[in-house]
Amino acid sequence: MLRAFADTGAFNERLRTDGHLVFADGLEAPTTATTVDGRGGKPVFTDGPYLETKEHLDGFWVIEAADLDVALALAAEGSRACHGTVEVRPFRSGGSV
Amino acid sequence: MTGPNVEEAITRVHREEWAQVVAGLACRFGDLDVAEEAAAEAFVTAAERWPRDGVPPNPGGWLATTATRKAIDRLRRESQRDAKHQEARMVYDDSPPEPTGPVEDDRLRLVFTCCHPALAMEARVALTLRQLGGLTVAEIARAFLVQETTMARRITRAKAKIKAAHIPYRVPSDEDIRERLAGVLAVVYLIFNEGYLASEGAEPVRVELSAEAIRLGRLLRTLLPDDGEVAGLLALMLLTDARRPARVSRTGELVTLAEQDRHAWEPALLAEGRALVRERLEAVAAGGDPPGRYQLLAAINRVHTDAPSARDTDWSTIVALYGRLLLLDPSPIVRLNRAVAVAEVDGPGVGLAEVDRLAEVLDGYHAFHAARADLLRRAGRGGESRTAYDRAIDLAGNPAERAYLARRRDQLVG
Repeated sequence: MLRAFADTGAFNERLRTDGHLVFADGLEAPTTATTVDGRGGKPVFTDGPYLETKEHLDGFWVIEAADLDVALALAAEGSRACHGTVEVRPFRSGGSV
Repeated sequence: MTGPNVEEAITRVHREEWAQVVAGLACRFGDLDVAEEAAAEAFVTAAERWPRDGVPPNPGGWLATTATRKAIDRLRRESQRDAKHQEARMVYDDSPPEPTGPVEDDRLRLVFTCCHPALAMEARVALTLRQLGGLTVAEIARAFLVQETTMARRITRAKAKIKAAHIPYRVPSDEDIRERLAGVLAVVYLIFNEGYLASEGAEPVRVELSAEAIRLGRLLRTLLPDDGEVAGLLALMLLTDARRPARVSRTGELVTLAEQDRHAWEPALLAEGRALVRERLEAVAAGGDPPGRYQLLAAINRVHTDAPSARDTDWSTIVALYGRLLLLDPSPIVRLNRAVAVAEVDGPGVGLAEVDRLAEVLDGYHAFHAARADLLRRAGRGGESRTAYDRAIDLAGNPAERAYLARRRDQLVG
């Protein structure tokens, strides 16, 4: 675990130096999550994450990359650093991934 | 020029120029949808005009120019409607594209975009056939036995992902070209195999699919003439396809290699495939990279096709080649193939012992039970052989293969 923290820290530093980093942080455990549904008349607050699965989101990076190949290469490095799987998803707006 | 000749010319130009036209447009406009639709419109225009005006002296250039005009018209309309600055800019941007990779060919970029690892395998296959092969969505849907709407959705989704996820339209860098190319070759080989021995449906062979795969293989060979695996895959497909005329009997039954009429094999395809294998052997002997998977499979096929009769097959060389393949790919399928060759050298008992070790992993694979049935028969174990044939017939999806297995089972005595 400590190893993963150190590796991820080093990876974040590299993202910053190379100009890819917009924002990165870890998330607290899914047990701390509250799901909110405000679509009805009165908002409904439910204890727990949106999806109950064995896997959960531990944190995220918001990065700038020229195209998917660059983003995937960085994600591979990030995955190695944090010892976990990384999902790459483009932002809907803006020209970068 | 008379009608049928113009039609032939259009068909030929479509085969030869489609990929180039689409790739050129994709490069300029950075959008596969625009490229594909404009290319299709240009071919429709050709079909209307050429019978009247005659085939232009440079059909490829005519098509490229016409398609570019169509694309610009379309982008103008859209940019007026949506005020999309970027697309409007592209319309007036005549600057040559940036150098994007070790090989400067638009078609190669198109191959690597269509076969990008971020796309699902079935989407890669469909996109490659559409964008590079110029097959219509209906043709691709028919080839893979799915509804046209399903195939259209699959292709649309893949193109949307290319756009939204910024899958780049470029040839990968030198360092990862080898890795990425393996995926491209896998797509082409998958198309070939689906044509050569359809996994399901009433048609045992889909000639148009294997022909398309060979065409893509030739295109890759033109684009990457120095790559050993590209040459290996093309050789493998040629040597395999050369045997097609002898592979299914008049009654629609599969004819195995040992029983095929070798005079019915296609001499031109054999010669071309053999020459490619020879070229690779010489390159390896001269200190080139060791042969990869496709080169080894091509070499195995060359040994098969070199033998004047099945009895004269040099099985020990085949066992040795499978042994080398095992070092690259220690998969149960390769082990099964090696075991079959071992049975030819050391007898069915030795082969059977190796095959039986794969029972757990390959239980759902018809070829495992077919190979086992044959070895059990040769070992004189008729009852067990019959059970294995039954299981193989249950699992086989190809009608010609099922017919063959049923006959072999019914020939068993005792």
